[in-house]
This record gives sequence, C-alpha cells and structure tokens, in this order.
Amino acid sequence: MTRSPVALLAALAALLLVLPLFAGSYALSVATLILYFAYTGQAWNVMTGFAGQLSLGHSLYVGVGAYAAGALFYHYGIGPWAGLWIAILLCVLMGLIIGFLAFRFGISGVYFALLTIAFAEFTRIGFDHLDWLGGPGGMFLKVAQRDQIDLANFRGPPVMYYYTMLAFAGGALALCAWLLRSRAGYYWRAIREDEEAARSLGINAFRWKMLAVAISSAMTAVSGVFFAFYYNNLFPEQIFSINRSIELILGPVIGGLGTLFGPILGAAVLTLLSDGLTDLLAALGWEIPGIKQVFYGVVLLLVVMFLPNGIWPALAKRLGIREAEDR
Amino acid sequence: MSWDLVANVVVAGVLTGLVYGLMALGLSVIFGVVRVVNFAHGEMMTIAMYSAVLIFGSLKLDPFLVLLPVAAAFFVFGYVLQTGLINPFITRPEHTQFMLLIALAIIMTNALLMLFGPEARSVQVDYQLESFELGGVLLDKVRLYAASVAVVAAASLFAFFRFTLTGKSIRACADNHLGARVVGLNVKRLYGLTFGLGAACVAVAGCAMVLLVDVTPSLGPYYTLLAFVIVIVGGLGSMTGALLGGVLIGVSEALAGLLIAPSAKSMFSFGLLILVLLLRPQGLLGKRS
Amino acid sequence: MSNQTGVHRRRFNKALVAAGTAAALAPFGILRAQSAKLKVGVLLPRSGFQGLIGQSCQKGADLAPEVIKAMLGVDIELMNADTETNVDVARTRAERLIQEGAHVLVGAFDSGQSAAIAQVAEQRGVPHIVNIAAAPQITEQGYKFVFRNFQTAGDIVREGLALIGELFQATNTVPRTAVFMHVNDTFGQAMARGIGAFMPRLTQLPFRIVDTISYDPAAKDLSVEVSKAKASKADFVLLVSRLNDAILLRREMAKQRWNPMGVVSPGSPGMYEEQFYKTLGKLSEYCISNVPWYNPKAELTKTVEKAFLKRNPKDQLVFHGLNAGFTFEAILVAADSFKRARSTDAKTLADAIRQTNITSKMMLGGPIKFNEKGQVEGIGSACVQNLKLRPTVVLPVSAAETKPVFPMPGYKPA
Repeated sequence: MTRSPVALLAALAALLLVLPLFAGSYALSVATLILYFAYTGQAWNVMTGFAGQLSLGHSLYVGVGAYAAGALFYHYGIGPWAGLWIAILLCVLMGLIIGFLAFRFGISGVYFALLTIAFAEFTRIGFDHLDWLGGPGGMFLKVAQRDQIDLANFRGPPVMYYYTMLAFAGGALALCAWLLRSRAGYYWRAIREDEEAARSLGINAFRWKMLAVAISSAMTAVSGVFFAFYYNNLFPEQIFSINRSIELILGPVIGGLGTLFGPILGAAVLTLLSDGLTDLLAALGWEIPGIKQVFYGVVLLLVVMFLPNGIWPALAKRLGIREAEDR
Repeated sequence: MSWDLVANVVVAGVLTGLVYGLMALGLSVIFGVVRVVNFAHGEMMTIAMYSAVLIFGSLKLDPFLVLLPVAAAFFVFGYVLQTGLINPFITRPEHTQFMLLIALAIIMTNALLMLFGPEARSVQVDYQLESFELGGVLLDKVRLYAASVAVVAAASLFAFFRFTLTGKSIRACADNHLGARVVGLNVKRLYGLTFGLGAACVAVAGCAMVLLVDVTPSLGPYYTLLAFVIVIVGGLGSMTGALLGGVLIGVSEALAGLLIAPSAKSMFSFGLLILVLLLRPQGLLGKRS
Repeated sequence: MSNQTGVHRRRFNKALVAAGTAAALAPFGILRAQSAKLKVGVLLPRSGFQGLIGQSCQKGADLAPEVIKAMLGVDIELMNADTETNVDVARTRAERLIQEGAHVLVGAFDSGQSAAIAQVAEQRGVPHIVNIAAAPQITEQGYKFVFRNFQTAGDIVREGLALIGELFQATNTVPRTAVFMHVNDTFGQAMARGIGAFMPRLTQLPFRIVDTISYDPAAKDLSVEVSKAKASKADFVLLVSRLNDAILLRREMAKQRWNPMGVVSPGSPGMYEEQFYKTLGKLSEYCISNVPWYNPKAELTKTVEKAFLKRNPKDQLVFHGLNAGFTFEAILVAADSFKRARSTDAKTLADAIRQTNITSKMMLGGPIKFNEKGQVEGIGSACVQNLKLRPTVVLPVSAAETKPVFPMPGYKPA
C-alpha cells in the first residue's frame, strides 16, 4: 500500500505549529536552526538534486544575501523586507554569471563544483578587504531587547524567528513540490540523468540549467537575509567559508538528494545528532575536543556507505510512502 | 622594490612551489587515474606531517631520513583505503564520492585534533634557520632540501610510469578504463596501487612540508584546495604539469603578496583557477580529453 | 573545568524547586530572593585555534570561587562552556547557559565571539561582563547589559604607544623608522585603525612608520611579508599579531638574518604567551609587548598567585598574567555586584554592576568603575619584555621588576 505523504505532512505541520507552546527557548532555537538548514538545503537541492549541477560554494549566496540586506540596514536603515529584494537580485545575478560562464564553456561535474568553490573563496577574501562592509572585523547589526515584536525590522522574540523560518521552509517545500511536477521538473530530471540525451530531444539544457541556478540562488539569498537579522553579526571568514558550504549540503545529501523531504529530514537528523552528541559526550565525561566531530564523521560515513540515496528514500519505502517521483 | 627583494621572494616561491607540486602530483595521480575526487587529500598530507613530528619527537630523526618508511606506510594505507572503502564509489555519482571523502576528512581532521590538540607543532632541525647565500639571494636550507626531495620524488614517479610495466598498465587504465579491462588488466588492484602511490607522494610532500610550515589539525582543507587548484592549472594527468602548476602558484602567490596586499594573495590563486577552468580546462600541460 | 550539562540540568531542577518554594514563602520574608549562589556562565575558547589562550583564561576562572569566598564571603558557582573559537558556538553556548540558569555571563577573550555573546545577553537581558576583548564596538552599541573590564583597541594603542615613548627614553634610544606589521582580523584591524588615529597626535615619538604590512591570520608562510619588512630597512618592528603568527614571524626573521632593534607590540597577544617561549626558546628573548598586565606588587595579585600555585603547582601565574588576571577580575566584579545587590535578578544585578567601584584590584590602573557605556576607563598597561624566558614587567617604573633591554643584542643596522 502506498500512502500519500500528505497525511504525514499535515501531522508534521501541526506539530511544528504548536511546538513553541511546550518547547523551551533553547529547544526553540534548535528547531529554528533545523528549519533554517532544511530551507537552505531545499534551495541547494533545486540546483544539485533536481538539475544535477553540483554546487559546493553555496555559501556565496548566503553571504551575499546576508551582507546585502545587512549593509542596507547598517548604513541606510533600510529594513530587511526591502533589503530582501536587493539581496535576491544580487544573488541571482551572481548565480547567472557563474552559470553562464560554466555552461557556456561546457564546465560540468567536478570542475563545475570546483568553480563554485573558487568563486566562494574569491568572494570571501574579497569581502575581507571591503571596509565598507566591515572587513574581517565583521558587520554587527544593532540588536534590541526581545520583548517587542518589530516585524518591520525583523526584531523580536525567538518565537517570531521560528515562525518566519517555518513559513519559509513550508513555502520552499510547496515551491519544490510544484516545480517537480512542472515542466521544469521533468526537464531538469532529464538533464540530470543524461544531458546529451536530453539535448537530443530538443531540450534547451542551457536555459533550464540557468533557471535552476537562478531559483536556487534566489531562495538561498532569502536564507542569507534571515541569517543576517537573526544572528546580527556577519564575518566573511565564517559566512563564505567552505565549511558552511559543506554544512549546507550535508542535510540534503544525507536526507536524500533530489527528493522533497530529504533536505528536511537530513537537517533534522544532523542537527539533533550534533546536539545529542554534545550532550551524550558531556554526560559521559568524554570531552576531548574533536571527539564529537569524529562521531559525526563516522555517522556520515555509515550513511554514505549503506544508504547511498539518503535516509528518506529508505524510510519512505519502509513507511510505504511514495513521493511525487521516485529517484 | 629592489632586485634583491624580488629575487628572494621569487626563489622562495619556486622552492615552496616545488613542494606544493609534489603534493599536487599525488592528487593528479589519484584524480587523473582513479577519477576519485579526493577531498581528503590535504588531510592525508596533514597526517604525514604529524607522523614526521612524532618520529622527530621520539627518535630525533630528521624527516628527510624517514621519508622512505613513511612513504611506504602511506602506500599501504592508500592501497587499503582504495580497495577497501573507496572502490565501490568510483562508479557512483560525484556527490556521493565527495560525501564519502568529506566524511573521511572530518574523521581524520578531528582524530588528529583529539590526539594532538589544536596548538601548532613543528619540526625544528639543527639547520632550520640556516641559509646559503648566493649573490644577494638567501637560499633557505630547509626549503632547498625540501624542493630537491620534491624534484627527485617526481622524477622517480615519472620514471615509474614511463618505464615499468605496472606504470604503463596504470596509464592504460587511465586512458581507457574499458579497454584496460578487456585486455585483462586487474583494474581494482591497479587502482589500489595508484591510490597507494598517490598517498606515498603525499607522504613525502608532508615530510618535506613539515619543515616549512607548522602543522595544526585544521591544515587539511587549505591544502586540499591548493592541490586541486594546482592540478587543474597544471593539467590533469600531467606530472610535469603538476610540478609546473605548483611552481606557478608558489611564485604568483609570493609576487601577489609582494606587490599587492599579502592578505589577498590567495585571491590570486582562485582567480587563476577560475580563468583556467573557463579558458583552458585541460590546464597548461594537460591533454584535451 | 567540566561542562557537565547533565549535572547542571539536575541542579537546575533542584534550583527550580527551591525557587518555587522560595517564591511561595517570599511574602513572609522567610526566604528572600537572595539565592545562596551566583551562577556565573564562563565562556572561553578552550578548544580550536585559541584553545591554549582560553585554557589560560580558565585558570583564572577556576581559582575565583575559592578566593572570592574568602574575600567577600560570597558563593559562586561556575558554569563553564567552550566556545571552540567559533562565533556560532559562542552564541549557542551563551543561549544555553542562560537557559540553564546562569545569572551573569563572563567571556570570551576574542572580539568576535564576545560581540556575539553580548548580543545574546542584551537580547535576553542578562548581564555580560567581557573579560578580554578589544573591539570598540562591543561597548558602543548602547547596550544596557554589557560591561567590559578591559581596554578598547583605542585605549590599548594609546597606552601602548605612550609606553613605547617611555621605553625609548628609559634606554636612551632614538629609532627613526618602524615597519608596522599586523594580522588582518577583527583585532588587528581595530588596532591598525587606532594606530592610524593616534600616531599623528603623539608628536613626541621619534619614529615614523615607513611601511604597513597586513597579513592573513591563517597564513602558514610569512616569508614574503618578512622579506618586505626587511626591505623597508626600518629600525624596529611594530607588531600586532596573534600567537601562531608571532612565532612564525620571529622564526622567519631569524632565517632571513634580519636583526632590527626590536620587536615591539603596542598591545597584542602572542609574544607573552607560554607557547611562545616553549616553541622559540632563545629566539623569544627581548620581544616586547605593551599590554594590560597585573601589578606584581598588589595585595590581590599575591592572593591570586597563591591560589594559582595551589591549583597549578607546576605552572607560574606570570605566564597567564593577562588572561587569568582579567578573567578573575571579571568574576570578581560579578561577585562584588551580587554582594551589593543581594539578588540574582538580572536587572538588579546589572544596576549593581553599573555602581561598581573596586579599588583593591589585581590589574594595573585605576579603580574598576564602569562609565555610561559599560566600559572601564583607566586600565593601565605595562611594558612586558621577554627576559630569561618569562614575561617581565620593565615599565612603568613603579611596577617594574628590572630594566628594559633595547635595542636587543645582535642588532644590526640595515
């Protein structure tokens, strides 16, 4: 029996909606983080999972989005809801440039991945030298006490950030579900599986790949803006770092690349694992620096080795759920 | 900007670049033949560096003297890693390979952190601070020796691939995987050998590098990226390309540091990578595939 | 020293029951809101890049409860957290500590991490006392809950440059040129700006800066930077660095056979850290750091030193002078405020901190008194020179242990 995922989704949504009522503020911040990674992972998934273009420098878009909105707020007092559009514009532009350069010159696979890394690193060092954006010292957005909700400037109690991110994550899920069922989705899958064959069928691979890059970078820009106003401090070394790029993609890859629920499941599993490990190790008294990441790496290794398509496809099969399109 | 200054900087860049080149050589061999995106390459070199530190610490042996045993150990390590763990991933999609090696890199880096702690370690041999003087140019002794070792190692590898039967078989695998199997070559074993050789290269590079640079557990990613930049700039599958790429990066970074801001010198390497990827993806000396 | 969050949860639950009972009995004045203990959340980079320095600071924290109990009769419970030299971790750990009941936060040595913690503290309305961090913006945000008992980069530079002038006077030297080398991170930038601002005003200093060389904090090879510096033919090096790059630079200078009059830091970490001596041995000699330091002749210093030796018999306080000293003082401020406030309520504590006036202290300078921005003014610096493989205070004369050595032996004019 194949169940539709809608029932499961409804249950999950209901749970997430009422979570703040019984979760402490720390648990809430963890939940917000999970949703953040779920959302950003979903954004990355569009480019890599759906369209098959491996991007290992996605922190570029998070960073540019964050700095764009952050700088507008810091220097001109322009609120995030307006800054958002500038951020999206800039990120889409960057994405299109990279996409254009890569696809026109026929760069794909590992070389494309390396190209994205190079752009991210280049930007990181570049931003380190831009004093207008704070340079290596970072950009600090002014915070105020959290008892008022100031939606215009996106300031308020943790609950506000939680629901915002929930809305984004939900929106991303809906968008991706729609995309997968649309013509774009089918063309992307064709290009992903075999670009040559797809082209021979008359699909303009270049145009559709560019679309994937544009959508992905636009979505990621939004998470960058959220990042800026949630964390309120931006450092080039951190936000453009290759570690961040890797962190972003762990969720979707572990969860299930190219699937709808993969990024969400992956983000949840990894964040809870990371936190759980910290607690477990503290309780055991094994607090040697690095031990947590070793466990983390081992878990990653095991998942990669034994669940190559990610956790979600295996789990879905178990639960008898069939997604829109099986990989 | 005096001639002395430029000469010193360029010479240092060349010498360091040769060691970079050796490290990249290992990756060129692994990536070029086995087609594995070895994102744990820098970590492997870091482990080699720590081995040299340990040996020096306990036995007071100069890293140059322990090159061969360390390289042999790494050869075995590489062989086992490839045949035992990585082999099934060769045919799998790139991102899975990448995740596998990332997981390995995370484990390696943090295991090193657990064992050695975060503070920098180094090997300080007696002649550490000495240099030869040639005209106005100071030739740092350790750098010179390290570079010489790199050249010798590269030459040996070149000879191996050119003149031995195994070497030729490996090249055959790289050129035409299917054809090699058709001819009856044991591809799995050859891949293992190749990874082992790449690892041995990295080990030698590590023993040389530890005299030039202090080692910390987090050194890995930097060198992984550097190796990829060099391999792509120099050209995949070309050994001279790897060395040349190394020297090119070494010198260009040094000059960029001298003429522009030192803190921006890495920008230059990445800019170069982007240009090469776009304009000449096979690299300077690589074959157009 | 341990971060046993499980244990703290149990304690927190017990405290919750206790607090509940206390609240119930409060109207009767039987149990007042004065909890027996002040919970101090200590955030330091105990692992990662700044691990050694964080651990050094921790030594100052660990001895605090005992010393403060004897001094003030106040009970402190430390809740230690490791920021892992990472801004994100610093932020989440701060949130966690507040969640688990920390009444006040202390930390975190690094400007970036401290700023992140300050934001959390301000948002949650919990007092945060910065032990060590120089970026000016931490106390320029108009925050009501953030306090700093340390110099800002501007203060450090001003004091540091003044001490350089004193150094030259004390040794009768007149260097004409300096090459300014600095690490390109939060701290280095702030210091560079400070120097840019103050140098022109200090016309009594005999030297001018002939070249400025900024370098990447993560650089593994500083040979190009040192070549450039050597080529400037400057009389001495003005250095703003961290620990690892200071070691690299010193070695590279020896390799390139460059012996300037000296290596002087107008106020940066690195050259007085234990690791600097351990790694460089003789090469570490004669380097000078003008940094806030403890007064070796103060009463409190001697008390702290005794407690330090008891806990660390194989170590010496002098190797942790700045780190342990300021961390201890930050906790002292928290305890002193708690004693006066007689409450662990955040707002009351913050107000009490603002009224702090501690005159009998350990670090050099005037009393610990916060201005309206939450910043202590008047913290002094000392000229600390590496002599006989340990940090030795050579200026100001009132706190000096011996005379400064400048230029360093082996100086070769360019």
